[in-house]
Amino acid sequence: MSLAQGIVVVGGGIAGQALCEEVRRRDAEVPLTLICGEQDAPYDRVRLSHLLADDEKADTLRLRPDDWYADRRVELLLGRRVATFDPDAGSCALEDGTALRFRRAALCTGSDPLLPPLPGLDLDGVHPFRTPGDCAALAAAASPGVRAVVIGGGLLGLEAAYGLSRRGADVTVVHLVERLMERQLDAAAAALLLPAIERLGVRVRLSCQTRELTGVDGRVTGVRFADGELCPADVVVVSIGIRSRTDLAADAGLDVERGIVVDDRLRTSHERVVAIGECAQHRGVVYGIVAPIHEQAAIAADTLLEREGPSYGGSVPSAKLKVMGVDLVSVGAAEGARAVVAADADVGAYRKVIVDAEGRAAGAVLLGDTRGYELLVETVKRGQQVQDPLALLVEASQATAEDLPENAQVCNCNGVCKAEIMDAVRLDGCASAREVMARTRAGTGCGSCKDLVFEVVALASDGVVGDEPAYLCPCRRQTREQLAALVRERELTSVSALTAACGAGRDCGACKPGLAYLVSEVAANRHREERHARFINDRVHANIQKDGTFSVIPRIRGGVTTPHELRRIADVAERHNVPMVKITGGQRIDLLGVRKEQLPRIWEELGMPSGHAYAKAVRTVKTCVGTDFCRFGLGDAIGVGIELEKRMEGLHTPHKVKSAVSGCPRNCAESYVKDIGLVAVEGGWEIYIGGAAGSRVRKGDLLVKVADGEDAIRVALTFLQHYREQGEYLERTCAFVERVGMETIAAAVLDEESGEPARLRERLAIAKAAAAPDPWLERHDPIHPNQFSELDTDSDPLPQEA
Amino acid sequence: MNSTAIDTWTAVGRVEDIPLWEGRRVTVGGHRIAVFRTESGIHAVGADCPHADGPLQDGLVADGCVTCPLHGWRFSLLTGEQLGTLRAKATSTLEVYDVGERDGVLLLRVPAEQLTPVAA
Repeated sequence: MSLAQGIVVVGGGIAGQALCEEVRRRDAEVPLTLICGEQDAPYDRVRLSHLLADDEKADTLRLRPDDWYADRRVELLLGRRVATFDPDAGSCALEDGTALRFRRAALCTGSDPLLPPLPGLDLDGVHPFRTPGDCAALAAAASPGVRAVVIGGGLLGLEAAYGLSRRGADVTVVHLVERLMERQLDAAAAALLLPAIERLGVRVRLSCQTRELTGVDGRVTGVRFADGELCPADVVVVSIGIRSRTDLAADAGLDVERGIVVDDRLRTSHERVVAIGECAQHRGVVYGIVAPIHEQAAIAADTLLEREGPSYGGSVPSAKLKVMGVDLVSVGAAEGARAVVAADADVGAYRKVIVDAEGRAAGAVLLGDTRGYELLVETVKRGQQVQDPLALLVEASQATAEDLPENAQVCNCNGVCKAEIMDAVRLDGCASAREVMARTRAGTGCGSCKDLVFEVVALASDGVVGDEPAYLCPCRRQTREQLAALVRERELTSVSALTAACGAGRDCGACKPGLAYLVSEVAANRHREERHARFINDRVHANIQKDGTFSVIPRIRGGVTTPHELRRIADVAERHNVPMVKITGGQRIDLLGVRKEQLPRIWEELGMPSGHAYAKAVRTVKTCVGTDFCRFGLGDAIGVGIELEKRMEGLHTPHKVKSAVSGCPRNCAESYVKDIGLVAVEGGWEIYIGGAAGSRVRKGDLLVKVADGEDAIRVALTFLQHYREQGEYLERTCAFVERVGMETIAAAVLDEESGEPARLRERLAIAKAAAAPDPWLERHDPIHPNQFSELDTDSDPLPQEA
Repeated sequence: MNSTAIDTWTAVGRVEDIPLWEGRRVTVGGHRIAVFRTESGIHAVGADCPHADGPLQDGLVADGCVTCPLHGWRFSLLTGEQLGTLRAKATSTLEVYDVGERDGVLLLRVPAEQLTPVAA
């Protein structure tokens, strides 16, 4: 066997995964193997408590899907354990006998729960709180009336108690020390945390030592304390800390103390081997929290790849309690040379900044009011000089996403800073918060930073991108599928009826346009239209501008107009002093700066139908001059484009749909970057879908090549209906195509034998027949007398339609 | 329509001039005010969003709050406070105006010293 070049990572936890990501970020080629002892691919242990408290499914904890490993050529060995590890020889053997060779190796073996030497630990009903299996066992055991005792009042113990309590169990937390979370909190904060935890219905016993677990027939029945008192229990959770897993390292002769000893490059005592995470001990410290893992992984990846890079100087510990209704963040030291405290015992708020003897920020504790914690965490992590700690506290309480420094860590679980999130929106063109989260991993750990991630996303996109589109109604956590099922089942035909049925849209109202689309789509436009549920653009059929005026874009199919039409548009623009007339990117003419009350009169004088340039709807079909004039044209782009536009116009869609028809592959109408793009080629037409040329540029995927223009239109319409039915609200086709996959789309849209394409077209025809042909006709028949006016303005009265 | 001063209360129109769950703007004594009609009653707040002067009367209205149509900033109709995840500086609170109704006529109270005299 030749000299091995690859890297072997032992341990598929957060640390092993983080290290693989950092290695691949630097080197796409080096052979990389990740060995996981558990059957599950790497998952996010930090969010374990959500399994118990929020009933999440275990597979939602997965850090990366299968194809992530395939795409990046990371060999993932699941359910395999390393039996022997020989760094001198550069080899290791798995328990099944497989031998692996490596040039460098990483130990990310993590930790085991620390178990006290208590009699009765082996009884049934006694669990650690460490794996999805533990959570499943606890979830199964916890129900109303069940008595549970949690031994350990640290972060994880309290989260376990909260989870059990949410499931109705009668929970007691037993803690050896005289205050909760003594490693993160000072006495004053702990004293405020205690009643907050008790308000959740959890009893707390402090300064209480456990002597034994009692049982009958091998099942736990109670916990006996040192003073002899017995606390009955049906379930016992032991969560008092962790112990590094170091056996493999010790057997291989590496230096091991409490953890595997590593230097400032995360190298163990053997130069070929690094160690990170809970199994590693750096400058005497073993970190039992997630944030340092990412800092260590970046440096260890350099070491593995034999590259120069920064040294690891240790991490400032920070912790965040994930218990609903109890906001708690701590970073660094809880006590020190100088401290400033702002406390309000009545509302349970406590905010403290600690400064060391040299005047540097050394720690912060925020309880009950965690506003601005990101700023404080960043200040402490940098050890910044703080002249006036009180001013810093005040500043933090008023901080917004805008005030955070670019390199402030937003997501501590995955080590993502503000600048990375901003770049995902601005440079990578992520079009939804969910995309940003998928790309950067921000907010996908414990989830407690999600609000801030949204805020930064909104900041980067000037508010355009911000909500979490996984839920159509995020307030009520209702997905499109759930709501659509309800609409169908109860035959609901209006947003009000849907709101009355399940509450969606009641709280903040931001999802009402999405609900309105859903209701209209399910009812094939035979719904009851409610304008309060529509965005202003769809109330007045014009696009609102930054100064509150509107833009007017009449329908000019295929971008083909006439001198007569142009003259009329010019006359209207002059007569009404329209501030700007502009040719749009979609080959239309835009009258900008029109006041709301001017709209009916201007529409009337234009005498042209609405171009729908303001709606989440089918927009323009751009065309090139095709065979009419172009000497290269292969297909009748104008004819096909105008026909396509006629057959689609007036239909609303999950997000805007831009189309184009090009007469040859020179693509002058830019069909390759449209939601639906038709291109004439030798012998037929190609149909592309999912293209984009906005903040994100993506070439559409070729759906199919067909013989003639009519076939091309038919396929385009079939896809349009599929997207109308399956797209998430505000999901452009580029995201839709990537989410659903071309195979699924092709099956639904092209497999005529299945009958589904014909059904899609039939539903499209029904919806089209019921769609308002031209909303601008509401100028004659307004939906409300004040549809186009304020209380103190009047629109020009127009003759009513006979 | 012209506004008429009644004491410091000003009649600005009729309740049905505003569609349910929508808003309309009115200017009283130099104050641009967005008036909203919800199932729980009429609410009036400053019409210009403190973020970028967006027209709040054109926003989406739900349970006691309005969302600006320009960039999604959200405010309580009851207190004028900013709500939601797009947090702003402490100063971003809307003026809230008292609202009354007599025989279907909508009345707004704008502090007298801020009212410009109404010609008889």
